[in-house]
Amino acid sequence: MPRLRTPLGGTAAVLLVAVLATAVLAPPLWGEKAAAAADTANILQGASAAHWAGTDGLGRDIFFRVLVATRLSVLLALLATGLGVLTGLLLGAAPLLVGARVGRLVTAAVNIAVAFPGLLLALSFAVVFGVGGTGAVLAIGFAIAPAFARLTGTLVATVAERDYIAAARIAGVGRLRILVRHVLPNIGEPLVVNATVAAGGSLLAFAGLSYLGLGVQAPAYDWGRLLGEGLNSLYMHPLAALVPGGAVVLAGLALNLTGEAVARGIGQTTPLFTAVRRRRPEAPLPSNQDSADVVLAVEGLHVSFPGVTPVRGVSFTVRRGEAVGVVGESGSGKSLTALAIAQLIEEPGQVRAERLEFAGEDLRHGPSRAQRRLLGTSLAMVFQDPMTSFNPTQRIGRQLAEPARAHQGLSRRRAFDRAVDRLRAVRLPAPERRAHQFPHEFSGGMRQRAMIGMGLMGTPMLILADEPTTALDVTVQRQVLALLEDVRATTAAALVLISHDITVVGQVCERVLVMYAGRIVEDVATAELSTAARHPYTQALLAAVPHLGTDRDRPLTVIPGRPADPGDTPVGCAFAPRCAYADDLCRRADPPLEGGVACWHADRTVAPPGPGG
Amino acid sequence: MATAVRAMTDNAWARFAARRLLRLLLSIWVLLTAAFLMIHLIPGDPVRAALGVTAPAELVNARREQLGLNDPLWTQYGHYLADLFSGRLGVSTISGLPVSQVIADRYPATLELAVYAFLVAVALSVPLGLTMAVLTRTGRRRRLELGFTSTSVFLGTVPEFLVGAFLVYVFGVRLGLAPIAGWAGPDSYVLPVLALAIGPAAVLARITRVETLAVLEADFIRTARAKRLPDRRLYLRHALPNSLTATVTVAGLLLGGLVAATVLVENVFAWPGLGSTIVSSILAKDYPVVQAIVLVYGLGVLLVNLVVDVGLALLDPRSTIRES
Repeated sequence: MPRLRTPLGGTAAVLLVAVLATAVLAPPLWGEKAAAAADTANILQGASAAHWAGTDGLGRDIFFRVLVATRLSVLLALLATGLGVLTGLLLGAAPLLVGARVGRLVTAAVNIAVAFPGLLLALSFAVVFGVGGTGAVLAIGFAIAPAFARLTGTLVATVAERDYIAAARIAGVGRLRILVRHVLPNIGEPLVVNATVAAGGSLLAFAGLSYLGLGVQAPAYDWGRLLGEGLNSLYMHPLAALVPGGAVVLAGLALNLTGEAVARGIGQTTPLFTAVRRRRPEAPLPSNQDSADVVLAVEGLHVSFPGVTPVRGVSFTVRRGEAVGVVGESGSGKSLTALAIAQLIEEPGQVRAERLEFAGEDLRHGPSRAQRRLLGTSLAMVFQDPMTSFNPTQRIGRQLAEPARAHQGLSRRRAFDRAVDRLRAVRLPAPERRAHQFPHEFSGGMRQRAMIGMGLMGTPMLILADEPTTALDVTVQRQVLALLEDVRATTAAALVLISHDITVVGQVCERVLVMYAGRIVEDVATAELSTAARHPYTQALLAAVPHLGTDRDRPLTVIPGRPADPGDTPVGCAFAPRCAYADDLCRRADPPLEGGVACWHADRTVAPPGPGG
Repeated sequence: MATAVRAMTDNAWARFAARRLLRLLLSIWVLLTAAFLMIHLIPGDPVRAALGVTAPAELVNARREQLGLNDPLWTQYGHYLADLFSGRLGVSTISGLPVSQVIADRYPATLELAVYAFLVAVALSVPLGLTMAVLTRTGRRRRLELGFTSTSVFLGTVPEFLVGAFLVYVFGVRLGLAPIAGWAGPDSYVLPVLALAIGPAAVLARITRVETLAVLEADFIRTARAKRLPDRRLYLRHALPNSLTATVTVAGLLLGGLVAATVLVENVFAWPGLGSTIVSSILAKDYPVVQAIVLVYGLGVLLVNLVVDVGLALLDPRSTIRES
């Protein structure tokens, strides 16, 4: 099995091979020793050099008896598993084999049987089939059959509708043949995995039944029976119980782990994070004296994850009441910039900045209580996907009320009243009733209103909206944008609106920051966007927006080349590989953001490429 | 509109209740019939088997007549159902005691064991799983994660009666700290309850951790963090309820298994419950007792499943509405 190349799989496979080898080799090698009564003077002896695990009530060597018992224990477990798998397969494939109507009945019966624990089924079957090894094989086999039937049924249902099955059916291929030739090969892998795990389960179950005296009967012996005998003399001779117990656990683990390892090999493995090297935060620089009306000041912001640094030195300020847009392709680092400002980057992500101040508070030194309170009441966040951004198990009103209770010390009643009032402020119809509803009873637009309302629970100084309208349709999009403008007008809060859509930003914001590959490449007033944009990337973004004058017979303008890979940013200007104006200088040195643009050729790029070329 | 929404929700709940009730009744019928068939499927003559080969033929026949085994199968089935509903469970063929008395004597010990073990398992596993998820989220503390995962896989695999045997060895034989058998004072509960609880607790803790890890990645957790809630509130109020859905499902399945596992653990600890009784009755071919105990266990499992489904519906109202 090539899929066992993990430490877990390797260990499991080695264990399994050892168990199987013992099962094959132990009886011929040590069968006589195990059966031979050493002598009656050696009854119930403890461990010694001659008998590693001591002797039993008839003076027989327990260690060898455990080894020899491997064959019967494993054989019976495999027999029971085989029986269970086969029965389960036939029951599970019943809809295919005997037609839909009878198949439905079988499926219903299986669903009821699955509800009962395997041990209970096994005990009931043991009553029917009688006490003894054969009875126990039948009992355990039939006990694991329902679970297997359910699994098979689910798998068969996914395959049975495929075209090649239909084709085979039309061609008149028999039902059993369809099952064996066309269905089973396609569901084989999960069945084998589960059969392996089930074999481990039946081994343990068999030990249980034999221990209870319902399984293998004397003079034959398996691990369960040795265990039962050992437990009777646990006080005098604990090894007699612990050694067979250990053997059962070992063999059960070997089967279970092999199954798990193969299952993991089939499924997608999660990429392992490389070890996070903690960077020591750089010494804080003295912050610049700035006028009091700066709400947010960011300088040299870096966000890095192990191996990549998607935000590479972002600097900008937002003044009181100002609306700033941030645009860029996905992967340009705009959302991470917002999360970093909001202190929501989690390990293994690292945030570094020369300056990161919100409302005059330096955010770079751990969240103090006062700082949490400031962020909780004055920084409003609006996230991209309103469908997933609310807790599905809590009522909307309670979710809005939460920060008011945590930070403003409002009582439950008053916080809830405030939540209703805020829902009214974002023009949600019937706010009292809505506050008592769960998120799934809201439409996307309503949720986004509620999310904005949540930001208004305190007294926001800054609203950070990360793609707030991307998940909404166009009419709702317009309403939400209008609401954001409205809120800004009434609360005098500043707005940072992040979007991949330059027209959305143009409608709402006074200033646009264009991001590319983790940097701001242009900082330009919205009014001058269409006339004074100087960075080739901004111009390309503008040219890619279709408008009424676009010639519909021509293909839409696209920006040539691929967005920069955050894991592999070039030495020079990151846009150079896609830029028509790039030269050696661009490829050698990264241009700084000066005079609102980061481009070596900002002055040379004359008129922006006009619409339609 | 308000009433319309309310009516729709009520309707969904009513449909859920009706569907669930139907399934319960159907399952009970299947259980009753299976328990009936179980006795009648036994090859050979159960009365002969119970009384032994040396019993005179008249005695066997009289016993068969007394048990109604000479009637046609359908009549027997009818009598069986009628007897069940009037509470007549028959008489033990070994002790001669009414089966209902045997059950009444034995079931409290088993019920106590199962309930305490379940409570201990949940009380251990949910906080442990949650803490592990918080400590090992986004790939931190890999060594702790590896240790936790391997330990829980190991503990989840070892069958309860082996755990019991090991506990008896360590605490009873070696340390002499706890009584190892019988049903006396509070300290006699410690080892059997632990033996039953450890395996399910390990599985549950692992599932709680995995589910909580997934929830901690969710957007609404980011929203909650953006509200700067205290960590305790973030994890207990926002993450935990959302990760509990899967945990409750699995806990329900485990509780069913736990009810059955009492059979083995009771035998290790000589616990005077249904579990030790069913084993001795199977060995003694005391079929009326076996049949009644299978019924009690089966009903217990069905009841647990019902409670789990209702609990899930209350925890996650969406699933109820979506399903109907």
